[in-house]
Amino acid sequence: MVERSEIEQAVIEILARQLLLPAGDIAADARVDDLGLDSLGKVEAIFALEERFDIAIPFNANEPDQPDFDFSSVTSIVAGVERLIAQQAA
Amino acid sequence: MRRVVITGIGTVNALACDVPGTFQAFREGRSGIGPLGFRDADRLAIRIGAELRDWVPERHFPANELPLLDRVTQYALVAGAEAVAMAGLPADLGSRGGVILGTAAGGIQTWEDSYRAVFADGKNRVSPLVVPRLMHNAPASHLSIRHGLTGPVLAVSSACASANHAMGLALQQIRAGAADVMLTGGAEAMLCFGGVKAWEGLRVLAPDACRPFSQDRKGMVIGDGAGVLVFEAEEHARARGARVLAEVAGFAMTADAGDIVAPSAEGAARAMRLALADAGMAPEDIGYINAHGTGTLANDRAETAAIRSVFACPPPVSATKSMHGHAIGATGALEAIACILALAEGILPPTAGFRVPDPECDLDVVPNVARPATLSAALSNAFAFGGLNAVLAFRC
Repeated sequence: MVERSEIEQAVIEILARQLLLPAGDIAADARVDDLGLDSLGKVEAIFALEERFDIAIPFNANEPDQPDFDFSSVTSIVAGVERLIAQQAA
Repeated sequence: MRRVVITGIGTVNALACDVPGTFQAFREGRSGIGPLGFRDADRLAIRIGAELRDWVPERHFPANELPLLDRVTQYALVAGAEAVAMAGLPADLGSRGGVILGTAAGGIQTWEDSYRAVFADGKNRVSPLVVPRLMHNAPASHLSIRHGLTGPVLAVSSACASANHAMGLALQQIRAGAADVMLTGGAEAMLCFGGVKAWEGLRVLAPDACRPFSQDRKGMVIGDGAGVLVFEAEEHARARGARVLAEVAGFAMTADAGDIVAPSAEGAARAMRLALADAGMAPEDIGYINAHGTGTLANDRAETAAIRSVFACPPPVSATKSMHGHAIGATGALEAIACILALAEGILPPTAGFRVPDPECDLDVVPNVARPATLSAALSNAFAFGGLNAVLAFRC
């Protein structure tokens, strides 16, 4: 079982790499739009999360309100990844 | 400056393997999008496309020619044969004839098959014909060989605008006097495992249907096919008594020099204005716009804003990608053929799959049902990744 803290750290590291920021600059409750991540950065971060945790994230750039995966904040991304890992194990 | 007219058109695409069948599908608002049937499609997250599902190469080519022909070239040759026959071109054009054809991915299936052989299947050699099969200029070169055209021949590659750029350059060759007749348009055969896998990563493909300008759209759907048009100097066409389908009145290309994927309404609007100026037309002369209309959020909103900035009262706008799919480097040629249906028969092809109006795309998109109309000119938009915009103006 992957710990929530490990997921959170990975999400922050991956976002930080896309944003060229030190990981320490991204708060655990930061909102993605406030961080200034553009659309390509977003799909690259999703790809990195998929590779890191061996999951498939249902995300379509054409749906402004993502029904299947909430990519709006660090908190919501962590919860989504946690859910996908749990589904994978089940 | 010499005027340039269209005297023949040909196509193979998911709707039909000829122009009459394609026109009929446009009139019916029928979509050619369906489940993908190629090898390993079950390993994709996106499993729909506008495929030529019943394509049997042996029906079109003798066995000894096929080792040289990737599907992208097969499509171009069959579309080209229809266009040349319709135009009734003389066989002795020689250096007064040329070919400029767009393609984005060239012989991608050949790359895939060869990589599969050496990387996955452990083979140590591939066909000796891999290079001439996969090169981007293979479709253009085979058309030149088939029809004995020894003038300007080349391939143009600018992603989703390839065919519009190709047709624009062909227009300029004839205007400049470098040729009297040009076969032009585009060909694409990107519907293979690697092609769709690459697109999937961008998260812009729709899993269910292509619904341009509809609020419930979920993105683009890739298509395959080719469109070939015969562009001819007007005096050359008149002298041999050829039937003229439409005039290629104007062309313009611009670059956003901004984002590598996100579209710019300003760059698109500038291309439309310059194409109108090149044609000597005003916005109110245009009776129909074939939109780039990919069905992505980013395109549809930017394109609507661009059209609204050029046209005080926009004419009907439709996105035929909802029927033939986004045929990437060939799509502009399929859409030019849709414009010819509008101009020559007075029928506006619809935007299929339209369900919910989007306040940010407040255009008359000719939803779902083809519409009779009286018009004398049409615009065809293509806006590519890389920030490249290419717009053609046609007149009857």
